Amino acid sequence: MAEIIEWRDGMVRATRDLTSAIRLIEIEPSGGFVAASPGSHINVSVMIRGRPDVRSYSVVGPCADGVYRIAVKLLTSTRGGSAYMWSLRPGGRIGLSAPANHFNLALGRPEYLLLAGGIGVTPIFTHALALAEANARFRLLYACRSRDDLALADELAERLGDRLELFLSEEGRRVDIAAEIARLDGQGEFYVCGPIGMLEAAKRCWRESGRPADRLRFETFGNSGAYPSGPFVIKIPRLGREIAVAANQSMLEALEDTNVGMIFDCRRGECGLCALTILAVDGVVDHRDVFFSDAEKAQNLKLCTCVSRVYGKSITVDTADR
Amino acid sequence: MASGRPFPLNAWYPAAWGHEIERALAARTICGHDIVLYRRADGAVAALEDACWHRLLPLSMGRLVGDQVVCGYHGLVFNSAGRCTHMPAQKTINPSACVRSYPVVERHRLIWVWPGDPALADPAAMPDFHWNDGQAWKGEGGTFYSLKCDYRLVVDNLMDLTHETYVHAGSIGDDAILDTPFEVTHTDRAATMTRWMIDIDPPPFWARQLGRPGRVDRWQIVTFQAPAVVVGDVGVALTGSGAPEGDRSQGVNGAFLAALAPETETSCHYFWNFVRTFRTDDEQLTRDLQRAHVNDGKGVYDQDHVVLEAQQRAIDRNPRSPFYNLNIDAGALWARRLIDAMLAREQRSAGAPQAAE
Repeated sequence: MAEIIEWRDGMVRATRDLTSAIRLIEIEPSGGFVAASPGSHINVSVMIRGRPDVRSYSVVGPCADGVYRIAVKLLTSTRGGSAYMWSLRPGGRIGLSAPANHFNLALGRPEYLLLAGGIGVTPIFTHALALAEANARFRLLYACRSRDDLALADELAERLGDRLELFLSEEGRRVDIAAEIARLDGQGEFYVCGPIGMLEAAKRCWRESGRPADRLRFETFGNSGAYPSGPFVIKIPRLGREIAVAANQSMLEALEDTNVGMIFDCRRGECGLCALTILAVDGVVDHRDVFFSDAEKAQNLKLCTCVSRVYGKSITVDTADR
Repeated sequence: MASGRPFPLNAWYPAAWGHEIERALAARTICGHDIVLYRRADGAVAALEDACWHRLLPLSMGRLVGDQVVCGYHGLVFNSAGRCTHMPAQKTINPSACVRSYPVVERHRLIWVWPGDPALADPAAMPDFHWNDGQAWKGEGGTFYSLKCDYRLVVDNLMDLTHETYVHAGSIGDDAILDTPFEVTHTDRAATMTRWMIDIDPPPFWARQLGRPGRVDRWQIVTFQAPAVVVGDVGVALTGSGAPEGDRSQGVNGAFLAALAPETETSCHYFWNFVRTFRTDDEQLTRDLQRAHVNDGKGVYDQDHVVLEAQQRAIDRNPRSPFYNLNIDAGALWARRLIDAMLAREQRSAGAPQAAE
């Protein structure tokens, strides 16, 4: 990561299940508390199969009491970062970083549209509270599969009243993003956090509306795609290698684990440094990054190995080795 | 001296004169924050973090194109809100690519920036500096950029005018200042030092301005507004003409204005002016008064400049030496008390010294 992480020690103060799959975890840092501006995340140190790794979680709420709250969705098909977080009990220790912010909220705009999908509600929740505090004009659209999947919705309803609107797909309600953008003030800003499909729809609608790109703000969590995550094989003719990618492992991780030299930075599909050239695909490339444009994704010349996958049997790629 | 950062961040600080910020990039360091300022086509001033998101090159080394800043290294483009709108050699823009944008207000002929938490930037918290507007009060001041002293030493200097007798002998200094008691009052945002010298011979500077013979009543009413503005209402009027009671019609009234911005912990920018309500159309007098303050080392502020920087050098060489206080320091001590209270409030709020950046 480009940001230098200074680790500090923290204690799990409490946990509370917001849904059957989303757990709120309160972490009290030792030493000085650094306030988290809306949209911030903290990095936490996790252990996955005995190896240390890092996960980023959005800070939930203003944490005026000096305690960071994060919400962790238990993802059984992934590598195990969330399972580790769910194993934490009150009183347990955890390494954490000071907050950093890649999803800053800019105050002073005439109107805001907030869109959250699923666990993407965590940074949007904090944005909404800050906007309510600032008496800003805004609406929050919160989309989820079912009522049981809603996290933090009661608190939002209490603070936001009719500025909050819920869209449950099991009830057949979907957000008409283009129509919502059309309602937004011409100088307004649109903040989105949700699965990649929602993000891509939001980006497409925003572009088609003709509004300036910088007023669409979004954050990714880099693990959602158009297809389910399954195992596949990476073939590298140049190196004479075939590498298996497990369902709960990224391409980049599989390449690193087998000592294929890779460069990378963000590991969340933003910077494009880990992209490799596609030679052939047996299946469909599930582009999950925000680095390539829609046109580039359609051309299928390259993919971001940190987040994108193959739905199918295999992908043949070329590396930078010479 | 108290340890730790000596300036609150949640405050408006002057960064430039309005006329200095045009359709070009201007770099300033305010409270340790490197900031690039420029005027947008609509006339509003933008203030951005002066470091490209990509490789930290100062954006002020780039160029202004329309209302956007183009980095002089790899051509990343940032708009006036600090959002990246162009990245080289790719079709999309990394959504986290932003530089910080600072709240900025242009008021009283100065550009003020807020280096702290933008959510707290309240234009109502602007210091009152209306004397600088060029309306009822006239004068042309200037700036000591990067004056090599803690901004609080300038506050000390202005809140205790006893120093005039020694630093500015021959112009505004006078033994009467030493012999006359003063009163210090304060609110929760301001401290005021008031001194009336009744029935004295005017010092040379004021005798010239008054242009009438006779003894005078002289006043110095100096108000500090936390954290870094000082306004001194000063003047003389013929003694017995009722000035202490409020009738200044038989006198001349000026005001020295100081708006300070800490640059680092041991340097500051000092925006100064000396304005007046007498002979306001006399442009030669305006130039003369400016020269009386800053004149190639011979003006009264040049004299202060020498003292303040020497004082800071002495503090740097003897960092453990305490300051001892005299009764003349009451105004300065109240000013420092108000600064310390702002710092304490800032540290208490959310238990946080500053927001994550």
